[in-house]
Amino acid sequence: MATRIRLNVNGKERVVLVDPDTPLLYVLRDRLQLRGPKFGCGLAQCGACTVLLNGAATRSCIYPVSAVGSQPVVTVEGLPKKFEQAFTAEQAAQCGYCIPGMMVGAAGLLQENQHPSEAQIRIALNGNLCRCGAHLRILRAVKRAAGETS
Amino acid sequence: MRRARFLQTSGAIVVAFSLPVMHACAPTDPYPDVDSWLAIDGNGDVTVSWGKVELGTGIDTAITQLVADELYVPFARVRLAGVTTGNPNQGYTAGSESLSVGAVAVRQAAAVARGVLLSLAAERFGVASGDLRTGDGFVYVATESKRRIGYGDLIGGRRLNERVTANPPMRAQTSDRVSGTSVPRIDIPPKLNGTFSYVVDVTLPGMLHGRVVYPVQTGATLKSYDESSLRDIPESIRVVRKGNFLGVVATDEWHAIRAAQELRVSWSGGQTLPAMTQLADVVRSTPGTDRTVINLGDVDAALKSATKTVRAEYGWPFQSHGSIGPSCGVADVKNGGATIWSSTQGVFPLRGAIAEALELPVDAVRVIYVEGSGCYGHNGSDDAATAAALLSQSVGWPVRVQYMRADETRFDPKGPAMVNSLQGALSADGAIETWDLHIWSPTHNGRPDGRAGNTLPGMLAGAPAPPIRWIGGDLSAPNDYRIPAQRITITDQRAALLRQSALRTLGGAQNTFANESFIDELVHAAGANPIDFRLRHLDDDRAKAVLEALRGDYQKGRGVAFVHYENTQAIVAAVADVSVDRKTGTVRVNHLWIAHDCGFVVNPNGLRNQIEGNALQATSRALLEQVTFDCTHVTSVDWVTYPILRFNDVPEVTIHVIDRPDQRIAGAGEATTAVIAPAIANAIFAQTGARLRTVPFTPSAVKRALTALN
Repeated sequence: MATRIRLNVNGKERVVLVDPDTPLLYVLRDRLQLRGPKFGCGLAQCGACTVLLNGAATRSCIYPVSAVGSQPVVTVEGLPKKFEQAFTAEQAAQCGYCIPGMMVGAAGLLQENQHPSEAQIRIALNGNLCRCGAHLRILRAVKRAAGETS
Repeated sequence: MRRARFLQTSGAIVVAFSLPVMHACAPTDPYPDVDSWLAIDGNGDVTVSWGKVELGTGIDTAITQLVADELYVPFARVRLAGVTTGNPNQGYTAGSESLSVGAVAVRQAAAVARGVLLSLAAERFGVASGDLRTGDGFVYVATESKRRIGYGDLIGGRRLNERVTANPPMRAQTSDRVSGTSVPRIDIPPKLNGTFSYVVDVTLPGMLHGRVVYPVQTGATLKSYDESSLRDIPESIRVVRKGNFLGVVATDEWHAIRAAQELRVSWSGGQTLPAMTQLADVVRSTPGTDRTVINLGDVDAALKSATKTVRAEYGWPFQSHGSIGPSCGVADVKNGGATIWSSTQGVFPLRGAIAEALELPVDAVRVIYVEGSGCYGHNGSDDAATAAALLSQSVGWPVRVQYMRADETRFDPKGPAMVNSLQGALSADGAIETWDLHIWSPTHNGRPDGRAGNTLPGMLAGAPAPPIRWIGGDLSAPNDYRIPAQRITITDQRAALLRQSALRTLGGAQNTFANESFIDELVHAAGANPIDFRLRHLDDDRAKAVLEALRGDYQKGRGVAFVHYENTQAIVAAVADVSVDRKTGTVRVNHLWIAHDCGFVVNPNGLRNQIEGNALQATSRALLEQVTFDCTHVTSVDWVTYPILRFNDVPEVTIHVIDRPDQRIAGAGEATTAVIAPAIANAIFAQTGARLRTVPFTPSAVKRALTALN
């Protein structure tokens, strides 16, 4: 049954009344009107729903909202501006549906490794799928966000 | 080769070029008024209403550039009205035709509008319109730059009242245009920060969440369902049935998802499927009607007398669109009317289909395009919208349906399996003398076409099956090479194993895979260089220039492929460098070099984005992708069972764009896709001697081909 759940999302305290087994993604999208994270598979296979949970890239489509607790949630809306600037500069999108998940995945990587090599970026984003084929632009954008403009 | 030239030089030839001819005369006639296409408000801002939709290809930016130039207004002063069934009907956004065909009428309208503005200003200033010039949204007296009037002051908010003509004075190809420059795409920033509204983001007051429950076996009958299986879900779920169409509706999205998963349903019967290993045999034996596409010279006699003949057969599997976001549609059906929000590629054809499904007059249905996840052809978008419409009609509230992953990957209409069989002969000096191609393909069109029976929910609800429109099986089947005896025949099949429709290039990918692999077999038989061999058989200078652009990138051990897409569109060639792990059969594509001529390039960065995207997606299709099935249903339903290319396997891509500002715009949305599979297959052959004649080149397929060599 619906339960009152307290969340910290993009630095703000939020309270939602929701079934505790609801995956975090639907709470972000339907209750908190955060449309950056996308539903892609519901199976943690594609990364379109990626958010930072306590700083780590996490698939929100299978993560029950009740398990979030006090861990801060960051969606693409809460990322530093440099990611949007880097992806814009590289025109790193076609349909763009996967891109917020890519940007959050990149932010997770840069928290662990400020100057990743291209190989390290590829490994970090290997679980994020893009169908339009914007991969090479995304790689350049992540390098740019890391301060290595191409 | 240009079409006219082809007809001129090829003598007694029967050519089925129906598509380009149809398209060339399409758009302007039904919308003769300039006011149908654009409006200028009191501030001089321009609003364009056209019928082509942004699918993530950058088309909104490109059309804005073209209109800004033709009207002599700054880029930022042009905006696009959203595409709805209130806009001019320009058919489907498909076939790489948004700029090559769709933009033609819009540019003509803009040029005529400029003429109207000049006349009005001529009257105002009392000078001849020849003494005026336009720039930055103003009309100037040419000799006195201080005498000027803004477009808003001339026409603001009033109708232009002029007819679109076919040949208005168009802007000269000068370097001061915004077209031809890499204007950043207008849709990218909002897509990055979460403020862009995709169709999945449409929200209406009182909107409910729906999910579909489709039978996994085609043709199955819904016997019963048990609503008591939903009692653990903490809200009352509405279950909607219409014939074999079944869906669930809830106020909470997660509850709708659970309901679709947990509803106990009993289906009976349905079609069985053959073993996947028999796919080529099944495709070849599917009934159809033979149609001659080209018949030039005496092919049979030439083959009989030839000294050196080569024959081969090539296969292509069913493939999925693989949209990252499962399709979504929102419908509000009430008071005898319906409003539909959909990422459809054709708002008008979908409107007719939904009207029939809802038993409403066509005029009572309004379809509003909202961008979805990339679709690359006819994915589940139209079906999801139709499902939302049926559910909304039943429950009396707006309903949003988003497919789950398995709904999209299992039920999107598939790019169909094909088989191409080729025979060819070389002359004593190594030129191609004879070319005999047979294609087995169903139509690649399963689009709504205004009929409920072309949508999956409509079909399940019992709508009658509309007649077949055969499209795309022979797309790019005619090659551009000078070959004296040529025959191309297609068996237009009346059915396919799985529901099929348009996937990027239609038959163009398979036909080019077969043609260009076969050319490579002839290259090998002739002991020739793959670039020189192709050049030897080409007359057109632009075609030759594309191949020549890759000369420095080609070396022994790499693969080459070439296409003049649809014989009238972009000219593209590719060189592929691959590594083959002989132990595992794994192919790694290291580098792709692409040379590309699509005429005048409107937005160079946008074009490169399209070329890269085609190259990478086609690499994925060539190496990894095939719809799998067992004896009753499709078993590829997610990213584990239908894998696509990932970052670790993405090759480098180097692009040589040949810009032709003096040439008409040809589309770039598909052409590069066609050359990738053959370039990779030819590279695998060059590396190993193993010829891969069936897509995809999976490790097991490559191992089999390598083993067969010994």
